[in-house]
Amino acid sequence: MNLTLFVWRQRDKDSQGKLEEYKAHDISPDMSFLEMLDVVNERLIKEGKEPIAFDHDCREGICGMCSQVINGIPHGPQGKTTVCQLHMRHFKDGDRIYIEPWRARAFPIIKDLIVDRSALDRIIQAGGYVSVHTGGVPDANAILIPKPDADTAMDAAECIGCGACVAACPNGSAMLFTAAKVTHLAMLPQGKVEAARRVCLMTEQMLKEGFGNCTNHYECQAACPKGIKVSFIAKLNREFIKAQF
Amino acid sequence: MILDGKIPAGPINEKWDRHRQHLKLINPANKRKFTIIVVGTGLAGASAAATLGELGYNVEAFCYQDSARRAHSIAAQGGINAAKNYPNDGDSIYRLFYDTIKGGDFRAREANVYRLAQVSVNIIDQCVAQGVPFARDYAGYLDNRSFGGAQLSRTFYARGQTGQQLLLGAYQALSRQVYLGKVKMHPRTEMLDLVLVDGEAKGIVVRDMVTGKISAYSADAVCLCTGGYGNVFYLSTNAMGCNVTATYRAYKKGAFFANPCFTQIHPTCIPVSGDHQSKLTLMSESLRNDGRIWVPKNKGDNRRPADIPEVDRDYYLERKYPSFGNLAPRDISSRAAKEVCDEGRGVGPGGLGVYLDFSDAIGRLGESVIRQRYGNLFEMYERITGEDAYKQPMRIYPAVHYTMGGLWVDYNLESNIPGLFVLGEANFSDHGANRLGASALMQGLADGYFVIPYTIADYLARTNIPKPSTEQPEFLNSLEEQRNLIKKLLSIKGKRTVNDFHRELGKIMWDNVGMARSEESLKDALNKIPTIREEFWENVIVPGSGGELNQELEKAGRVADFLEFAELMAIDALHRNESCGGHFRVEYQMPDGEAKRDDENFCYVAAWGYRGQDNAPELHKEPLAFENVKLAIRSYK
Repeated sequence: MNLTLFVWRQRDKDSQGKLEEYKAHDISPDMSFLEMLDVVNERLIKEGKEPIAFDHDCREGICGMCSQVINGIPHGPQGKTTVCQLHMRHFKDGDRIYIEPWRARAFPIIKDLIVDRSALDRIIQAGGYVSVHTGGVPDANAILIPKPDADTAMDAAECIGCGACVAACPNGSAMLFTAAKVTHLAMLPQGKVEAARRVCLMTEQMLKEGFGNCTNHYECQAACPKGIKVSFIAKLNREFIKAQF
Repeated sequence: MILDGKIPAGPINEKWDRHRQHLKLINPANKRKFTIIVVGTGLAGASAAATLGELGYNVEAFCYQDSARRAHSIAAQGGINAAKNYPNDGDSIYRLFYDTIKGGDFRAREANVYRLAQVSVNIIDQCVAQGVPFARDYAGYLDNRSFGGAQLSRTFYARGQTGQQLLLGAYQALSRQVYLGKVKMHPRTEMLDLVLVDGEAKGIVVRDMVTGKISAYSADAVCLCTGGYGNVFYLSTNAMGCNVTATYRAYKKGAFFANPCFTQIHPTCIPVSGDHQSKLTLMSESLRNDGRIWVPKNKGDNRRPADIPEVDRDYYLERKYPSFGNLAPRDISSRAAKEVCDEGRGVGPGGLGVYLDFSDAIGRLGESVIRQRYGNLFEMYERITGEDAYKQPMRIYPAVHYTMGGLWVDYNLESNIPGLFVLGEANFSDHGANRLGASALMQGLADGYFVIPYTIADYLARTNIPKPSTEQPEFLNSLEEQRNLIKKLLSIKGKRTVNDFHRELGKIMWDNVGMARSEESLKDALNKIPTIREEFWENVIVPGSGGELNQELEKAGRVADFLEFAELMAIDALHRNESCGGHFRVEYQMPDGEAKRDDENFCYVAAWGYRGQDNAPELHKEPLAFENVKLAIRSYK
């Protein structure tokens, strides 16, 4: 199939960016979206032009590196799917596709479709862990964990840290991301000990980074490739209020 | 040269304990005075950086991704082995050790593997303490499942995302040290060179992938945790950015590269769909617990799988290896798949595929149980192929997945260059000629959490060379060299793209140095590789400049190294006149087609030393002694 692409091009963080038009010819429905962009890039390079810069690595939907807004939707139209796992069979011949970077105040653009998401790392650094040293820990089965709690922790821990939730939120909020880590650790006995301190530090860092607040649009859940639920934001709020006493 | 693995004396089960008692220590106040560079933040790198930071060292950690959390360990699906024997099914440290040695076809170092089995139990404890949400049963205890090459259940898992959860555990431990100021993290930074001062590893040269700035960092010791080189085949299950550059450039600085021909082809990957393919996706080996692998009995049977009756199906793994069945080790299962496809019995487009069928398991357990166990894998399969594996069998085919070879290290994980330590997939030491499933995660974390903290202290206590200034000539020369290399790549301005060369190289490697190798195919590869390399340096096109974010330039540097490294792989495969594990030479096989090892002549580690671009590499040997496991023909029948 043949497609018309409108791609956000921006030289670096201080330059003005704009949408540019490209043609994608002979695209196979079995290609992934990024493989389609590879084809476009190969042609651009041969024509002596700058290829489109975009983040990607594992190309199997788990590393969280790929980050494109396709036709206004982070990671594109298919639910629970990262860009790298989106396949061209979901598009039609002649489609016009708009491709933009994550847009949020806390994610400055580095180049074209690549943004700086180090703010998410700093939220984790502020407290998204159990403060355990290597060695000197009890046997893995010494503390039993009810299966429903372990399952909920895992549901939250599946977050890949891609930032689609931030890109989808009209407020540019990182509440879903933060909530997922807070919930994962607060559900487990190992994480409960420092739960109050953790939620305060992570929330404070989130605000410092310039992320907005949650006003219940639920766009984050709709965009999340891993199906992380907004109910975790309720858990985050609960943990936060609990921590004040 | 005969290499000394520095294996401690004493009975195998006491070696590590005794060795630790004799290793030198550094007191807490002095640890603050040492700086350690850690390159790569996968399981090995993140766990090493976190643990060294906790101990009080200053750590400089580097990764090419935008965050430490994205290293490719994250993609490991199935699980991690540990000799916990929680299910009471007969496991022990010795048995995990034995299975790993046998699985590696007797080409790994006994002492390292035993230590790995010993610390495997600590890893699970550590990860649970970090909050890794492993699967549990209704009583709240940890659950286990079985994996290829083992007859018991010793694999711990977190749905189909075990690697992700273990990596996030290590990444979180690392993040804590970043917050505490003990680790300085350098994301989007790629290592270009290793710097030696008076023969010891004392620093690296890196490129900032955002600004293009090339700079040097010095330290008291360097740890390379940079993963494997599977992308030399172009198509593999590795992430797009995985590369050999860090280890290959260390090799060019004098580190020995061991067993580069030992590569693992994983039997259960989604088949290639066309020329546009950029990478391959693995379907976890855990699927083989419930899925049955088969092809039609007769060539050219084009019926839909559901229309092929039982009598016309060949469950070839169950037929050939009745005691392990669908859980035969990876190398054996891959080769068996290639065999049936070579016979013309493969399925799907191009006949390069076999069925992995869940209908029996769904009949036995119900769809909901299968959905609970493998739901995310079935979804992933559907996203890529557009097919519903609950209704029709999956199609799978082998693909390059892991590389057992790597930089040579001794028992302390130190290479032949003092001060250069190599951890995880980047070293060669634990998996021999074939790695068993769920062992990569185990090795990465064992090296990072439990081995390096002890052994690196011993080196730091011994070395007489303090952390040098980056103004020393060794650093300035390397900076100059790297700047020139980049200038050269940008100045060629040829006609063919980097990908184009990489694809051509990959095809040669897959056809000639892949699942089945012969003297003829290897010599053919050795003829062709230099020609592509020459053309690359005359005709590659790298757009843009060096002083900016330039993804083509990054790729060009990596592919340039693959073009040299590929030759080393073929040389190693050609010299090893035997078949073992993932290295299958068609000239050396049993009458029934199984690998024929030659213990008389090849029971050693082949460690290659660089002698300049125009000279053949020099072969050094480390003889392998098997004192606790009897050398035997590996049988899974």
